[in-house]
Amino acid sequence: MYMAGKQLLKSELSFPYDEKYVQVVESIVKTKKGYRCVRCDNEDQQLFASFPCARCGRICTYCRKCIMMGRCSECNPLVIWTGPVPSTSFSSPLKWSGKLSPAQQLASDEVCHAIDRNDSLLVWAVCGAGKTEVLFAGINMALSQGKRVCIAAPRTDVVLELAPRLASVFPSVDMAALYGGSQDRGKLASLTVSTTHQLLRYYRAFDVMIVDEVDAFPYSVDPMLSYAVERARKPTSSLIYLTATPNEQWQSEVKRGKRKAVTIPARYHRRPLPVPTFEWCGNWKKKWRHNRLPSCVVQWVNEHLERNKQAFFFVPYIDFLQQVVPYLQQFHPHIEGVHAEDPKRKEKVLAFRRGQISILVTTTILERGVTVPNIDVAVFGAEQPIFTESALVQIAGRVGRSAQYPTGDIRFFHFGKTKAMLKAKRHIVSMNDEARKRGLIDE
Amino acid sequence: MKCLICHDEWMPTMSFAMLLTLRQADVCCPRCRARFIRLEGNRCERCSRLIDQAVCEDCIAWEKRKSVLKQNVSVYMYNDWMKEVMNRFKFRGDYALIEAFRHDVRTVFSKHFSSDVCLVPIPLSPSRLAERGFNQAEAIASLLPLPMIFALRRIDDEKQSKKTRRERFTGRKFCITGENVAEKRIVIVDDIYTTGATVHEAAKLLYDAGARDISSFTLVRS
Repeated sequence: MYMAGKQLLKSELSFPYDEKYVQVVESIVKTKKGYRCVRCDNEDQQLFASFPCARCGRICTYCRKCIMMGRCSECNPLVIWTGPVPSTSFSSPLKWSGKLSPAQQLASDEVCHAIDRNDSLLVWAVCGAGKTEVLFAGINMALSQGKRVCIAAPRTDVVLELAPRLASVFPSVDMAALYGGSQDRGKLASLTVSTTHQLLRYYRAFDVMIVDEVDAFPYSVDPMLSYAVERARKPTSSLIYLTATPNEQWQSEVKRGKRKAVTIPARYHRRPLPVPTFEWCGNWKKKWRHNRLPSCVVQWVNEHLERNKQAFFFVPYIDFLQQVVPYLQQFHPHIEGVHAEDPKRKEKVLAFRRGQISILVTTTILERGVTVPNIDVAVFGAEQPIFTESALVQIAGRVGRSAQYPTGDIRFFHFGKTKAMLKAKRHIVSMNDEARKRGLIDE
Repeated sequence: MKCLICHDEWMPTMSFAMLLTLRQADVCCPRCRARFIRLEGNRCERCSRLIDQAVCEDCIAWEKRKSVLKQNVSVYMYNDWMKEVMNRFKFRGDYALIEAFRHDVRTVFSKHFSSDVCLVPIPLSPSRLAERGFNQAEAIASLLPLPMIFALRRIDDEKQSKKTRRERFTGRKFCITGENVAEKRIVIVDDIYTTGATVHEAAKLLYDAGARDISSFTLVRS
């Protein structure tokens, strides 16, 4: 049963398998355009390469796109499980005594409904709405019905955060946490939390597929990942998407009623989302060439240092970050910078949480997940294309998360308003409006 | 074009020098390129280790043991980036990455060795070769326009990287295949020089088989 629900490369198999229940298919196929990788759907010819293969003795073509999951090559076929996938059912495994807000409850009911009917559903919940709790009842029901559940998250850090949380509320359920280098590799559990990449090893395995942060990198830009999700779930299964910032197409599909969705427009603490303010800061690039920052930005920095209020300062590029951090550190040593490839990333974020850093200058990597109470944020160069609507909404979502400090200042310093900035603001305002209408905010 | 390593799009800058010398543009983007650190400056003259002494302690010890390896030349430092790239190249099997090393391998090799040498790549065991599909040492040697002699065969199947320092020094790893190496000048090629146990043992076997003037060349010095 080691193969059940999987698609593995022949070279990965160390045990003999039951041939009755598997199908062996070529992993690299020739198409009109050239080659296609069957495992990851790559058709970009620049991402295929050939080499003199000692295994088949020929010039063998392989896929470079999914190479980190083992090499798919012409002489290394995929072995796909076509037999039955065993199921285990649990009787009400959820051990959680928390209470849902009315909006969460409504969303939770919709999730249950979708899972029960093998439907698809978009849960559109603002940052800090408490999305994870909304899933509990649905997962509980699925596990009671003997369904296999998978939560796919975009990145390893999300898996590492989510897995222990689910393990604590479903203590009796066998779980797998899958990411690059994980101990659970190859496990087929009743409840799986996985990076989307790892799903490339599964085939028609899951009855419930929950995709967290669908709008986030890399899921939003890499078609391989939605392909992996489609192949890993059963043909009859439910598909739940979670996001705070659906893309434009999805937003309009929801409005026109073409996509089933449920919104949670307010935070669990029942206070409105803080709305960003725009502040024109002139041609900052030109100023920076003379080693100067716009005066309104300098003022913002000084104010925060004086009031001793912690803040994130978002900048558009790593290069700029590396120049501006030493410049700001001249004024104050409690300013630090962090970016995606920073080896001290974890330490710096921790130091910020502990209050040892006053202002953390960062690129868009911190737009999600990092939650620190009582902070402000500023976006510098908010007109730059990297700051999309969803990035800006996520950034604004860092502020006012805790019930104790539900407000805060969000400032977009810009050299000309962009559509993305306006849409982001409109997005937040309309969420607040809907919440008011539904009576989800106390004012 | 697409960077060979990070797959991001980048625009190589064209120059007249490139047109005139027909030099190819780099296969990887400047950001990835800058992370490879070439071994330069103060090094042990025998093994390329970065150190302020002329000859390092390890090489003095090798000399006492009467090693016949004249010197080892390596191209890159073994930093975190190199570890990541080597992992993808060797263990994941992304053969195409070899192209990222072509230019530096050729330049460093021709600086240290004459063109009348023969290359002896360090072999893999048949089972490991079947598992990986290629021999990384042979892939590196194939970047150089010089004859290769397959003079060695592996008799021990364990990965060097899975052994302790002590285990690497005891026990034989190779035997001679019988290919003629008599009176030839040999450069042994491998992917990485760590303790040197592998190439020193290979050198001894080749010396006993009649080879003269034996050196080694590795992509990385750890």
